[in-house]
Amino acid sequence: AKSTKAATKKKDEEEAVETGTGWEEWSQGKALVRPPDQMELTEAELKEDITRILTANNPHAPQNIVRYSVKERSYKPINVVDQMAVHCVLEGSLVHQDSEEARKLRVNPIVDGGDVEEAADEDRPDSAVSRINKKEPKVTNQFNFSNRASQTLNNPMRDRICQTEPPPRSSFSATANQWEIYDAYVQELQKQEKNKEKQKGMHSQKDNGKSKKVMLMETQSEDVTKWTMASKILERTISQNTFDDIAQDFKYFEDASDEFREQEGTLLPLWKFQYDKAKTLSVTALCWNNKYQDLFAVGLGSYNFSRQGCGMLLFYSLKNPAFPEYIYPTSSGVMCLDIHAQHSHLVAVGFYDGCVAVYSLKEEGQEPVYKSTAKTGKHTDPVWQVRWQSDDMDNNHNFYSVSSDGRVVSWTLVKNELVFTDIIRLTLNGAVSEGTEGAQAPSIASGTSFDSHKQIDYMFLVGTEEGKIHKCSKTYSSQFLETYDAHSMAVDTVKWNYFHPKVFVSCSSDWTVKIWDHTINTPMFVFDLQAAVGDVAWSPYSSTVFAAVTTDGTVHVFDLSVNKYEAICQQLVVDKKKTKLTHVEFNPIHPVIIVGDDRGYVTSFKLSPNLRKKPKAKKGHELPKGPEVEVAKMEKLLSLLREPDQNSS
Amino acid sequence: MAEVEETLKRIQGQKGVQGIIVANSEGIPIKSTLDNSSTVQYAGLIHQLVMKARSTIRDIDPQNDLTFMRVRSKKNEIMIAPGESICWELLLNEFHSPKMKRCYSS
Repeated sequence: AKSTKAATKKKDEEEAVETGTGWEEWSQGKALVRPPDQMELTEAELKEDITRILTANNPHAPQNIVRYSVKERSYKPINVVDQMAVHCVLEGSLVHQDSEEARKLRVNPIVDGGDVEEAADEDRPDSAVSRINKKEPKVTNQFNFSNRASQTLNNPMRDRICQTEPPPRSSFSATANQWEIYDAYVQELQKQEKNKEKQKGMHSQKDNGKSKKVMLMETQSEDVTKWTMASKILERTISQNTFDDIAQDFKYFEDASDEFREQEGTLLPLWKFQYDKAKTLSVTALCWNNKYQDLFAVGLGSYNFSRQGCGMLLFYSLKNPAFPEYIYPTSSGVMCLDIHAQHSHLVAVGFYDGCVAVYSLKEEGQEPVYKSTAKTGKHTDPVWQVRWQSDDMDNNHNFYSVSSDGRVVSWTLVKNELVFTDIIRLTLNGAVSEGTEGAQAPSIASGTSFDSHKQIDYMFLVGTEEGKIHKCSKTYSSQFLETYDAHSMAVDTVKWNYFHPKVFVSCSSDWTVKIWDHTINTPMFVFDLQAAVGDVAWSPYSSTVFAAVTTDGTVHVFDLSVNKYEAICQQLVVDKKKTKLTHVEFNPIHPVIIVGDDRGYVTSFKLSPNLRKKPKAKKGHELPKGPEVEVAKMEKLLSLLREPDQNSS
Repeated sequence: MAEVEETLKRIQGQKGVQGIIVANSEGIPIKSTLDNSSTVQYAGLIHQLVMKARSTIRDIDPQNDLTFMRVRSKKNEIMIAPGESICWELLLNEFHSPKMKRCYSS
């Protein structure tokens, strides 16, 4: 009640103040204007002192709040009532630094900075603010945000150009073909190999100097070799042009008239080989090269005892008849030569002065690779025949030579030397008797020809000046296996048959050519050729064909399967009648023979078809081929001869 | 080198040979027995021919190489021997008898 009174009083006073503060007290004498709803109080009541108390209680706060208490299951009045009266609320922008919001603000500060969180994070204002801004788009103040922009001065753009001098250029063009790439690879390989060799030779300084010199020489010689190759090719083509007819004949001409002459053949003259410097010399030896069948060797010397001068070794190719391929002048006349069957660059040569030498066609220079001297066992008389043998057990090459001093010597090429071994000494009596027996002094026979057996390695034949032929073995040095009384004069040539292992032929200046079976002491066939026979040769394609040349300039070709008594071809082949033919050789594959004479000429002839007959095939059977056929052919002939022998004996 | 000189002399001495030209790999003549203008003309023309021929052969098989070429015409014949990609020689043959070849049965 009091409070309400107080409240109303306040109101009254307030109202009174509004109308005029002191007016009620002053104007008591005046007529009081009483408001209509004023309380009417007695005078006593009016004089009453009313005390007013200011309390802190909120007059509007409720005084009798009652709450239900579940525990007591009744309503209970609450004593303490909140007396706070809120007059004004203002939202502030300050955040306590330990609060979560402040922490958030520290992490993501607002970029604008000035706006919001100054107090919170002064340590890292920029970073925190900016980070916050990235996550949340900036929220601009809706009320007083204004965007202010300003433009700076734009500098005018200016071009600055600088030009340098262009580098010197040259245009390069090349083709990249398959073969250019291949060439490059090959060059690389060669360089690498050269480097390897250089490295090997870099050990000593001397080698260094040598290798440099070698390099220079190589570059020079490379040019030269290229020139020589080209010039050789050119020369050959020119000869091909000049000798066109002959080349065509060589290849294609077959004597058609042979069909009409069953038992006869002809020789067609082909190229003629001559060398200016060899005009005074006579051909003393001929040999074909096995590997390059157009290449043959000619040995030039002299058979004349009194006129002995220098000699020559020439190599010709059928492709270039005008000029020899290789020329080797020698100090003494060449009497014989042989080209190695497998290593066709090695040529063994026997000289008139008894020396033997080995030339290598691969080497530059005109000196032999090996030469025998008086110290190393050279012969004391002219060497009449040399023959290569198969390599010995140490794989060294070796060859045999026979000479008039009665010795058959084996020469072995050991590294840089020529080592000789006497194989056998020829005597007149047929056996070398060891030790001094006193009565018969062993007289030496002179060997004039030699041939080793084609299949049986250890067996060979020696022909002597006395006309005897000895069959010898390499293993027996003191005795001959057999002796044949062959001729009345020196045996010029003995040759084994290429196919039949038992047959050999011999010829002599006593005008005869004889064919032997080495198991029988008497000759199988004897041919009288009316003139001294210079040489005889078996043909490589048939076991029954052979050729002989005589001093009257005639070439005789025999085929025993066609005619056992006569030559099927007898042809005069030289221009001048006094020329003597000295040697003949068959080409290994072509149907060509070369004939040498004593004027230094070598002529080549083509054999007509009749001269190279193969055995005819029986009807219905295939044409048999191979050496067995040849052997059989010969065997047939021999058996025919042997039967009358057996019958007669 | 002396051998080459000799060979060239011999070739020149053969009948029917008009001249010889030796050139290097670029077709520039080094030696010649003909007059200057002909030499230059022949060298240039033949060089192109040889290059073409050689590249043809080598394109087909790179391990192969041109050994020799003959060019026969109505009046004469040119023989070309290219040597090992550095030099080649050229030779003119005036004498070339176009006779009927005998036909042989081989």
